[in-house]
Amino acid sequence: MIETAVFVVASAMVLVGAFGVILRPNPVHAALSLVLTLFGIAVHFVALEAHFLAAVQVIVYAGAIVVLFLFVIMLLGVDKAEDLGTEPMMRQRYLGPLVGIGVAGLVGAAIIVSRSRTIVTSATGLDTEASAGHDANIKQLARSLFSDYVFAFELTSVLLVIAVVGTVLLARKPNKGLQAARHKAGVSS
Amino acid sequence: MMLAATRPTETWYLLLAAGLFGIGATGLLVRRNPLVMFMCVELMLNAVNLSFVSFSRTFDDINGQTTVFFVLVVAAAEVVVGLGIIVAILRRRPGATADDIADLKG
Repeated sequence: MIETAVFVVASAMVLVGAFGVILRPNPVHAALSLVLTLFGIAVHFVALEAHFLAAVQVIVYAGAIVVLFLFVIMLLGVDKAEDLGTEPMMRQRYLGPLVGIGVAGLVGAAIIVSRSRTIVTSATGLDTEASAGHDANIKQLARSLFSDYVFAFELTSVLLVIAVVGTVLLARKPNKGLQAARHKAGVSS
Repeated sequence: MMLAATRPTETWYLLLAAGLFGIGATGLLVRRNPLVMFMCVELMLNAVNLSFVSFSRTFDDINGQTTVFFVLVVAAAEVVVGLGIIVAILRRRPGATADDIADLKG
């Protein structure tokens, strides 16, 4: 009973937040609706006993990524309400929801049709709080991450360095002094 | 009472994830502000994460949760690069929408 109540409340948070993101004209309100959705997903993670991912969801998504969004919105001053009435491609306004409902409907139908199908897996077993102590989930996840996936884990550090360096190059202002020096030296840039 | 006996199964979570993915896809196609389009991509990524964790529970396997960890890392990198591009574009042309960037194509 309590699980059902948690599921219903968290799902309501997720769906209300998601509709807020796509329907609110103001980007700041959309970003705050996104926080609601991400918290709902984190509640679902707790209900599914993925405790570490629930914490990471709140810290990384609701903390870092949404703050980054709000920071860029404020930095660029685009926090004015968008006029949702004007649409350069009017056909897309009607086809967009059709595509969304179609995708959700197809996936939903596939889920319902295949729900009683049993799939044989070589499951390694999920440590639960009852079987392996209060930090079972984080220990098991760490063991998986640093043994089976250690190469991929190291590669993500390369990815993050490339992302940071690339963003600094993309977003910096053009160097005036360097351009003037090049101009004086007769180098066409 | 029948409701008291029901517990949320993986089918419920997967249906919710499908709905969330559909909402995100709709928003991506309908909205014109590049920042809000990015938020819709985040919605779709979260829908997939929810289904991964749900499958991890169903099949009793930790690998689903490990995958979600990597999705989180890649999503963070994607947001950083995407917002860098948006800042670079909007600094030159304030108020640009996603359609204005179509001028870039050759």
